[in-house]
Amino acid sequence: MSISRRQFFKIAGATAVIGLGGISAIEILQPGQFEAAQLSRNPKALIGKRWGMVVDMKKFDEETMKKSINACHRIHNVPDFGNPKDEIKWIWPETFGHAFPGQESKYMSEEIEHLPFLVLCNQCNNPPCVRVCPTKATFKRADGIVMMDMHRCIGCRFCMAACPYGARSFNWRDPRPFIKEENKEYPTRMKGVVEKCTMCYERLAVGLMPACVEESKGALIFGDLDDPNSEIRKVLQAHYTIRRKSELGTEPSVYYII
Amino acid sequence: MLEVALKGSRRYWGLVIFLLGIIGLGFIFYLKQFNYGLGITGMSRDVSWGFYIGQFTFLVGVAAAAVMVVLPYYLHNYKKFARITVIAEFLAIPSVLMCMLFIFVDMGQPLRVLNVLLHPTPNSVMFFDMIVLSFYLMLNLLVGWTVLSAERKGTPPPTWIKPFIYWAIAWAPSIHIVTAFLYAGLPGRHYWLSAIMAARFLASAFSAGPSLIIILCFIVRRYTKFDPGKEAIQTLGKIVTYAMIMNVLFLLFEVFTAFYSKIPGHTLPFTYLYSGLEGHGKLVPIMAFSSILAAVSLFLLIIPKIRRNEKALGFAAVTVFISLWLDKGFGLVVGGFVPNMFERVFEYWPTTPELLITLGVWGIGFLVLTILYKVATTIKEEVILDKYGEKQVKSG
Repeated sequence: MSISRRQFFKIAGATAVIGLGGISAIEILQPGQFEAAQLSRNPKALIGKRWGMVVDMKKFDEETMKKSINACHRIHNVPDFGNPKDEIKWIWPETFGHAFPGQESKYMSEEIEHLPFLVLCNQCNNPPCVRVCPTKATFKRADGIVMMDMHRCIGCRFCMAACPYGARSFNWRDPRPFIKEENKEYPTRMKGVVEKCTMCYERLAVGLMPACVEESKGALIFGDLDDPNSEIRKVLQAHYTIRRKSELGTEPSVYYII
Repeated sequence: MLEVALKGSRRYWGLVIFLLGIIGLGFIFYLKQFNYGLGITGMSRDVSWGFYIGQFTFLVGVAAAAVMVVLPYYLHNYKKFARITVIAEFLAIPSVLMCMLFIFVDMGQPLRVLNVLLHPTPNSVMFFDMIVLSFYLMLNLLVGWTVLSAERKGTPPPTWIKPFIYWAIAWAPSIHIVTAFLYAGLPGRHYWLSAIMAARFLASAFSAGPSLIIILCFIVRRYTKFDPGKEAIQTLGKIVTYAMIMNVLFLLFEVFTAFYSKIPGHTLPFTYLYSGLEGHGKLVPIMAFSSILAAVSLFLLIIPKIRRNEKALGFAAVTVFISLWLDKGFGLVVGGFVPNMFERVFEYWPTTPELLITLGVWGIGFLVLTILYKVATTIKEEVILDKYGEKQVKSG
């Protein structure tokens, strides 16, 4: 069947009028239908102004630390490629000299020198990764969590160059075949995007503590740094703590008790 | 004017087909990368930028260097450069094109490239880099094409083009300054976190770019009837000389600051690049070769008697270009990542697919360059005398 130009314009015009008119009619009769449904917050959700964490190295033993790490990587479908080139990690141990480069000394206690320090994204208050991202795929939430939008990330890896803590990993290849046991509750990622610890925003939203904190037997203290009555603030009051590379002005939200 | 590129000698078509072959090979490997992911390259969690971003950085400099020809001609009325302005402008076009392609092949999710426009983020230097590069590409196309068209018709360039020419002159350094800012503003990357980075970038650009223009002038003179002019080439030689001296000095300033202060964060990347760190030294031969070439080039360039010899100048231009290509296209990027943020050494080395994709992008650049130069030289050959009455064609 062929139609003339005149017929084509007639049909196209009529379709446009009906289409637009239809949308307006629904908008008038049932306003709000076309907007995305706004989910109401879970009443159990944990709410904070600036989430932070204290890593109490006095309370951590290697066994517990492993449990914390495994819990995080299992829940978040972090793949295990078995090689350092493709490696993806959200939370892992580093020795003092590597976690705090420049702070180590020849004469420091051997115990501390060899202690595995748990490192993860510092959820900086002044995050360089957010500053450099050209698409706002990584952004800071109102509660201080530095989030990742895996669907917006273009994989330029500027954030990996900018993060002074090496907290970010890139999916150099399809991660899905390398996930041991997929957790259906949390999304897997595709190749070509950056990922990192997001302080279990998905667990906070349903009133749960971050996975690593839950497994840590009290060695990880999580809470609202902005709330003077929170447990984390009491711990920070009572102990001398250090932060990784705080001289860079990034204002990390993860503190260490040594 | 483009129709000129459709008629050519056997050698011209041979070159075009050769470049198409290289592009095809690169494209096949790009499809492989597209399918497998960037894991096909040598990059890792620790060295997350590599050869692609290095090429991009180097080529932004080559593109910016057109200003070294355009500025003396338009702002100082240096007439010797009249013949080669289009050579410089037409070099900038494929250079910027290659820059964009190198960014593209480096992306993990290339199909999302328009997210940069969809979610414009002015606080990201990469957003600005995209803007300055796009404008620079358009400006050079517009100016080069308009001026050449006028020349073909035997009329002076239209007056409306002047503002665009001045805009392009001011814009050229900005593309390289912004590219330097990609690096120079990152906390914790000591090798890059330096205020002299932008100055170093400009110095290396203004030596590598004009070096390439010298080489291209020699090629054009040899294979076409268009002569860019002996004096123009000599002036370019002087520009390369001064810029290269500055470039080496700036590098030495960095070395002084690092090693006199002895701050480990500043010394370690230099140690890794130039002598190896903790038993790792894959880049040491590269950096040594780059340094030797830089020294040789300075020797050839600084002594006027040698520089005035065209063969020696050509050789010096090649040494400058390769030296800076290795230093900026490779060492600069890797030096920022080794040692990593934990002061551990994880090395990087490009893989074969990575090198072939790189070659493919260079192939596209050279193909565009070949076509543009074919147009430019053919038109220049047709124009016997320029408006100053200087002979454009070699006698005989």
